Amino acid sequence: METLLTGVRVLDLCGLGTAICGKILGDMGADVIKVEKPGGDTARNVGPFYRGIPKREKSLFWFAFNNNKRGITLDIDTVEGQQIFKKLVEKADIVVESFHPGYMEGLGLGYEALKTINPKIIMTSITPFGQTGPYKDYKATDIVAWAMGGIMSVTGDPERPPVEVSLPQAYIAGGTYAAEGTMVAYYERQNSGLGQHVDVSIQCALTWINSELVPWWTHMGLNPTRSGGTPARRGTLQLPILWKCKDGYVNYLVLGGMPGAERNKAMAKWLEKEEFATEYYRTRDWDNFDWRQLTEEEAEQIVVPLRNLFLAHTMKELFAEAIKRIITLFPVTTIKDIVESPQLEARNFWTSVYHEELNSAVDYPGVPTIMSQTPLTIRCKAPLIGEHNREIYVDELGFALEELISLHGMGAI
Amino acid sequence: MGVFDGVKVLCFTYAGTANITARVLGMYGATVVRVESKSRPCNVRVAGPFKDNIPGINRSAYYAVYNNDRYSLGLDMKHPKAKQVIDRLLRWADIVAENFSPGTVERLGVDYAAVKAVNPEVVYLSISSQGQTGPYREMPSYGPQLQAFTGHVYLTGWPDRIPNQIGLSYPDFICPVYACIAVIAALDYKRRTGKGQYIDQANVEPALQWLAPAILDYTANKVVEDRAGNSVPYAAPHNAYPCKGEDNWCAIAVMTDEEWVNLCQAMGKPELATDPMFATLLDRKKNESPLDSIIGEWTANLTSDEVMEKLQAVGIPAGKLQTIQDMVQDKQLRHRGYWQALQHAEIGSYEAHNTAYILSRTPSELRLPSPCLGEHTEYVCRELLGMSDEEFIELFNEGVFE
Repeated sequence: METLLTGVRVLDLCGLGTAICGKILGDMGADVIKVEKPGGDTARNVGPFYRGIPKREKSLFWFAFNNNKRGITLDIDTVEGQQIFKKLVEKADIVVESFHPGYMEGLGLGYEALKTINPKIIMTSITPFGQTGPYKDYKATDIVAWAMGGIMSVTGDPERPPVEVSLPQAYIAGGTYAAEGTMVAYYERQNSGLGQHVDVSIQCALTWINSELVPWWTHMGLNPTRSGGTPARRGTLQLPILWKCKDGYVNYLVLGGMPGAERNKAMAKWLEKEEFATEYYRTRDWDNFDWRQLTEEEAEQIVVPLRNLFLAHTMKELFAEAIKRIITLFPVTTIKDIVESPQLEARNFWTSVYHEELNSAVDYPGVPTIMSQTPLTIRCKAPLIGEHNREIYVDELGFALEELISLHGMGAI
Repeated sequence: MGVFDGVKVLCFTYAGTANITARVLGMYGATVVRVESKSRPCNVRVAGPFKDNIPGINRSAYYAVYNNDRYSLGLDMKHPKAKQVIDRLLRWADIVAENFSPGTVERLGVDYAAVKAVNPEVVYLSISSQGQTGPYREMPSYGPQLQAFTGHVYLTGWPDRIPNQIGLSYPDFICPVYACIAVIAALDYKRRTGKGQYIDQANVEPALQWLAPAILDYTANKVVEDRAGNSVPYAAPHNAYPCKGEDNWCAIAVMTDEEWVNLCQAMGKPELATDPMFATLLDRKKNESPLDSIIGEWTANLTSDEVMEKLQAVGIPAGKLQTIQDMVQDKQLRHRGYWQALQHAEIGSYEAHNTAYILSRTPSELRLPSPCLGEHTEYVCRELLGMSDEEFIELFNEGVFE
């Protein structure tokens, strides 16, 4: 079946979370070739590991962002490796890489060089801060980018240092936004026949994510701050957004305006039925409720009955009732809850992927988007180190088997 | 020349996700028309912050963030003659985007089947919280809430404390990226084959992609991952450290023993490098709490800029915690042209943000400020849809437009 990206070849040199860029293109049917250093990419050292065994071919972090790819080893730091890479570029459509700015140029493999080999090539470069500018040479890791991208300023417990999500997100965010930029360039190439360089900044991706907070500074002169279990603090009185219940936490937000009015009325009915409603809930005119006008006293009247209702039930009970009443309340789910979600099961979200090397199948998160004509698919596991060397070098590029052995001996592959 | 010049996008949209998707297409040249109503305005139009803190339907700086590079058509969709306008719009569009609760577009007569009947090649994007199918399909959500349901809240914060919110509508900025990728690919497919399609984009499913390693840890190992503050197994020190001033912090991540030696020197404590409590990663992980205290004592006497610059100078990953104000003033973002001032009719000049990527040959162009409600009704009807003067005036007098 023809897919969205049938016949599109991607050379993927991305490390860590940025590898999600190639995976997204692979989900749409592109032929993505992961190009790793001989011995394997350093992302293979990142856990968690299959059955807790820390080995380079058992990294679940690697599995997660490199499925739907084939894999070869190639040392582009060697002259032979550079020549082979150029040969690969002749037959490729897209190169995605996450080396520090100037690294590929230093090897003679920058965009200008690749363009002369293949004017249709799109080169997407993902770095913490971008290819040029005052911070371009700054060293970063995920937590550093997260801090510089501003999201950390609104994340965490006010009595502790600000935090990153415990599964670091910054490089994954950069890789995902890079896939969007790559697709814009790809669409353009289908018109013009010409490739281009896509310069992705992880910091910018994170700044895009916190764009909703920008007007609080530009129009109110306020810097929202981290506030644990309430929405980011903006100088006004904040009601909780996370509430304790019998066996965990739920997320419930008291809103104003039209959507708030409907929800607050529905919640008042629920409180009434469970005998937690107070005179306040029975008489409040929710059509004229503006949380910006809240006093401490009224906030307390709103909060106490809710607190009692939530403490009386489990997450499951509360969520079941919330769905019935179409009240936007969500349990604070663990990964286990997510895997057991009836909704995701009904949508056939999970995809079982067989790992020959483990002699076992693993359930993977399914595709992010359901498309009627050209479905996205999870087709294969992430490659082992150099798993497709022979297939790609010999069968597709036409190297002799002896040459492959020589290149291996030289350390190029 | 914009990448999407000539591509026509029709938005029956609300709140964030679908508008954020359309925004990218508009910034790369697409013609985007958003259908809006004065009697039932978008929740973001009536949410602050407002210009000069005075509420007004055209005064929301929050709305302005997501609605540049589009035309606003004010239409009473329930008016008996609205169908005349809607029919023309549906035939005009290459892409139709909507993100109401499932079932709403059927009631409005602009669902996929209705659009396909008059425009068989259309690419139709539906974004919803949980997706168009399944037992939770009718459950709406707001970004600050959905992050609890995607596992992000449980995995954020300290293991001995309540979980922490990411202080913004986190999944609302993951879903539109995937939606935008799907729409661009579908548009290319349509160009190649003449076939349109329906895209069912849930908000939950993209956010789960970003937690895939933790998900595999459960499906393969039955391990339920927990939040761990800023601690990671592969680096120490690895935290945000307090700096001079109120609530100033600098993130520092030491990935190698060499970086550790350099950090000790930068702190003026070279003897720490060989201290058996901290010499190797394993030692530092074992003694992470005293380690964090020692570094925190050093950083507390310096500004976050000083810590960052001192450590970057010796090759240690360090970055100051930037507030929203810092982001707007950030010299790297300014260098990239990330912020671009647009002139809004009622709000005046405001900072619009560019995409996270720069295309070398066909960069984005922010051309149109966020519109006032119905600002382009006449332009859309006459110039884009080709209505005659008579027809437009008749519909206008009938009160079809808002």
